[in-house]
Amino acid sequence: MALWLLRRLVQAGFVMLAMSAIVFIGLHAIGNPIDILISPEADQAERARAIAALGLDKPLWEQYWLFLQGALHGDLGRSFVFNEPALRLIAGRMPATLELAVTAVLLSVCIGLPLGLYAGLHPNSFTGRLVMTGSIFGFSLPSFWVGLMLIMVFAVTLGWLPSSGRGETISIAGVGWSFLTVDGWRHLLLPALNLALFNISLVLRLTRAGVRETLPLDYIRFARAKGLTPGRVIYVHVLRNILIPVVTVIGLEFGSTIAFSVVTESVFAWPGMGKLIIDSINVLDRPVIVAYLMITVALFVTINLVVDLLYTLLDPRVRLGGRR
Amino acid sequence: MSGAMREQSPFRRVVADFCANKVAVAGLVTLVIIVALAVFASLIAPQNPYDLAQLDIMDGRQPPGATSMDGLVFWLGTDDQGRDMLSGILYGLRISLIVGAGSAAVAGIVGSSLGLAAAYAGGRIEAAIMRLVDLQLSFPAILVALMILAFIGKGVGNVMLALVIVEWASYARTARAAALSERAREYIEAAEGLALPRSRVVFGHLLPNCLPPLIVIGTIQVARAIALEATLSFLGLGVPITEPSLGLLIANGYQYMLSGKYWISFYPGIALLITIVSINLVGDQLRDVLNPRLQR
Amino acid sequence: MKKVFASFAIGATAMLGQLPSATAQDIAVAVGAPITALDPHYHTLTPNEQAHAHLFDRLVETDPKARLIPGLAASWKLVDPTTWEFTLQTATFHDGTPFTAEDVAYSIARIPTVKNSPGSFAIYTTAIAGVEVVNPHTIRLKTKTVYPLLPVDLGQVFIISHNSGPEPATEDFNSGKLAIGTGPYRLVSYKPGDRLELVRNDSYWGGKPAWAHISYRFIPNEAARSAALLSGDVALIDSVPTADIARLRSDPRVKLWETVSLRLIYLMLDLSRDSAPVEVTGPNGEKLDHNPLKDLRVRQALSLAINRPAIVERVMENAAIPSGQFLPPGSYSYATDVPPPPFDTTRAKALLAEAGFPNGLRISLHSSNDRYLNDAKIVQSIGQMWTRIGVQTKVEVEPWSSYVGHINKQDYAAFLVGWGSSTGESSNPLRSLIATFDASKGRGAVNRARYSNPEIDHLIDEALVTVDDGAREKILMQGVRLAMQDVALIPLHEQKNTWATRADLTYVPRADEETHIFDLRPAK
Repeated sequence: MALWLLRRLVQAGFVMLAMSAIVFIGLHAIGNPIDILISPEADQAERARAIAALGLDKPLWEQYWLFLQGALHGDLGRSFVFNEPALRLIAGRMPATLELAVTAVLLSVCIGLPLGLYAGLHPNSFTGRLVMTGSIFGFSLPSFWVGLMLIMVFAVTLGWLPSSGRGETISIAGVGWSFLTVDGWRHLLLPALNLALFNISLVLRLTRAGVRETLPLDYIRFARAKGLTPGRVIYVHVLRNILIPVVTVIGLEFGSTIAFSVVTESVFAWPGMGKLIIDSINVLDRPVIVAYLMITVALFVTINLVVDLLYTLLDPRVRLGGRR
Repeated sequence: MSGAMREQSPFRRVVADFCANKVAVAGLVTLVIIVALAVFASLIAPQNPYDLAQLDIMDGRQPPGATSMDGLVFWLGTDDQGRDMLSGILYGLRISLIVGAGSAAVAGIVGSSLGLAAAYAGGRIEAAIMRLVDLQLSFPAILVALMILAFIGKGVGNVMLALVIVEWASYARTARAAALSERAREYIEAAEGLALPRSRVVFGHLLPNCLPPLIVIGTIQVARAIALEATLSFLGLGVPITEPSLGLLIANGYQYMLSGKYWISFYPGIALLITIVSINLVGDQLRDVLNPRLQR
Repeated sequence: MKKVFASFAIGATAMLGQLPSATAQDIAVAVGAPITALDPHYHTLTPNEQAHAHLFDRLVETDPKARLIPGLAASWKLVDPTTWEFTLQTATFHDGTPFTAEDVAYSIARIPTVKNSPGSFAIYTTAIAGVEVVNPHTIRLKTKTVYPLLPVDLGQVFIISHNSGPEPATEDFNSGKLAIGTGPYRLVSYKPGDRLELVRNDSYWGGKPAWAHISYRFIPNEAARSAALLSGDVALIDSVPTADIARLRSDPRVKLWETVSLRLIYLMLDLSRDSAPVEVTGPNGEKLDHNPLKDLRVRQALSLAINRPAIVERVMENAAIPSGQFLPPGSYSYATDVPPPPFDTTRAKALLAEAGFPNGLRISLHSSNDRYLNDAKIVQSIGQMWTRIGVQTKVEVEPWSSYVGHINKQDYAAFLVGWGSSTGESSNPLRSLIATFDASKGRGAVNRARYSNPEIDHLIDEALVTVDDGAREKILMQGVRLAMQDVALIPLHEQKNTWATRADLTYVPRADEETHIFDLRPAK
């Protein structure tokens, strides 16, 4: 097990190395950040000075080499735009995104799973069909459109919730969290719902599909025949059997919700990481992009590791690591 | 259901099972009509919405039912460039289906194969494939699209490439997850015991049993691919702005929602909704029908 | 569907009706562009400068019409052709220390030393050769050459306290430690990407602003910004999306404030090569043996084919005025005899035929889609108009991040750009856009078409050493006239800047695009 973890760690290192190299070469091909950032009134000398100030006049391999040296000492560089250490910038935006992502994923599990179970157990009932058809709306409407509609209905027309932004925060160990205040929740609700809508449908549909295929299996029939209560059959045997694909997908979605909830964050002016990465890509702020993607690599490697471990817990037949 | 059905050829069984669900049949009929509309768009549409010479900004943002200066009736109104929405939707449907459904299909095939291969092969191959998945998942779609634009330029093919690159990883992880738990089941052991060729074990036995979650993901990913194409196009990284897809029409019309010019994004939105609903109705039923474990 | 929207409108009205009255001392506002730093010398960027204007002051300020007015300098005069003397106001910094000439000298000295600046303010102080503190209230600035534009340039430079230490770091401004100016507001907190919280500086040397506390929020998404105003979350928004202007104008609870800006939107044509650009071909795609864009008649035809009033009305929804030169009417050095080019397709076709292209041309027209107001829509409309005179146009858009690299390398045959003349006079665009590209002289830095006209170059040289305002204006007007007759670029329109506020407030719209909340007041 320890060896397996170690191997994963080494692999993650290689992924990060590959990723940073791709970003360096890719961004170099897209353009020069100074062209985007510099005042249009600047003359040629000022442009050359700015390029040199950010080290962009050096050959690409040398820039990459300097980056690797810094990275080994834990320094991922300073943002071209904000002139702050890239890691600190990202860390500053992280709490806002984390609370949004966690709320959204919790919402999608708490709503999607029970509805999916119901639709799977009663596939031909009116409600079951209604739930299934309704879930299609969850992913066929573009999220920017749904977001604006949520704002129009709940903020503009009804006036129940604020239209955008993050609420009041309470500081714990220097980090501000808004989920501890009522005002924070009022601001959190709409964006979380907007973000969760797609995942609710996804979880719901996967659960229903799983239930539908598990119910006729021999061991479920056997469990029923043994006289186990329907509740126990469903929660112990059925649920356990269907959780693998559901957990996989939730894991994936949790990762991308944290890293790339760009649309929701911009429609709701939520000061999170998703907006930071998009803004950084728009101005080719390489240090922030590289640092950000390093973090997302670490995030996805960790999530997928946890998900893989969950497989073995959920289904003892799954063995990890070795050749079968 | 009855044993008699299983005596029929597999294809006829699938058809018969599929037809058992009226809603799914309705979905299929709708889908066929939509595809036909998209294919024959140039014959049906009152205007060629991609020909700049046929557009006039003086006809811009006309409400449904308005008449152009040349006497053409805009049944669904016009967008900001004076493009007939009905024609725009028909042409846009074609692009959305090709780009969205096409890339979802390619990504599905590539991703599922790699996922199955990872689960079945294990060891270094699995590690390599799954870390590639991690790498891909960590890249924002917009960065992928920007890089493709920088390296190989613009074009519909390149948009599809970007979508495939972005989408394959979800299929790969899902396929591997499903295959991991299938791999240990008795029938695979039995098949291997019989010394069947590997490809036969993977594609003949493993794949069919992993299909249900993959079809769920697949039908949803079509919608996602169409939406992602719209986002990329809206950012100027997708299809040409003068040849809008359905998604791009919606994204362009979005800014007029507050001002009450709903038709610019509402009608393409309805068209997209109907398309996705019918794809999903068909997909849901197909999944049930093709599932070897749902005994009927 | 219509009903749904009608009910939105009614709902919005009802909500605004319940808002607290404007006599309250707190106010929340939303601007479209977030700032990149609170260091006023770090990055030449309008969103930064407008936020800094609440905390810091400049020696010379500009009024809403971009004319110079006294700021921290009560007056200034030329003591000899290369020496300017500034007499300073009595003012104090937020930390209580008095403002003196030392602070001015310190700020000017610091500007070129700011680390990692992606766009330095040194471009505004580079003309200064020496600084002499005469007494705490008088400072003399010597310039390298005769330079009449020094007060204009100093209108961009904020003054910080000389107690900021030897090498003040940008981070220390962001944290609030050094964000200490003489301005009408003091900083309470800065949440990057989210908002600034400001309180009134009650010992401000100028007039007292109306609001004791400002929540200065960043909402880049256009629809979200409008929704924030309609839901009553904020009392003012800037850069009102053109699509929402009509809707907001009809809402009795909202007031719109607009003014013509100093930003010209224009097209440039590739004049950098004599051979035909790859993007320009004959009507059937055949290669051409020379660059047709170098032919004045072709450039005139492309300009005459554009229906500017139609673009202003249909695409810009009247948030612009058709334009034929760099600045709007009424500006210093506006040439009254250069109107917007007429819309004349007959003459355009005739000119094309005369130039040897009776069957037209094929061309690609490029634009960014995230930089200027409705940029992608404008080029589509021009694509329609050019196609009608036989110039079959392929319209291509992309994000500014990849676009700007291409236009800087002369990759595109025809492309759309915008220029804000921050100084409010024509020497600024003539120097940067029209002057022959010359790195050693720092001229023509964004002359991306590589237009070159020695006669105009000479006029610019002359204007820059002419101290007399009247004489200089005449020279500049002649430069403008020549550039426009030669279609050095194709001017389209001058944007309007639009703000929307609650109806019970008054606001002063500014030509330079800056949003100043201290200009927002309760209506009488």
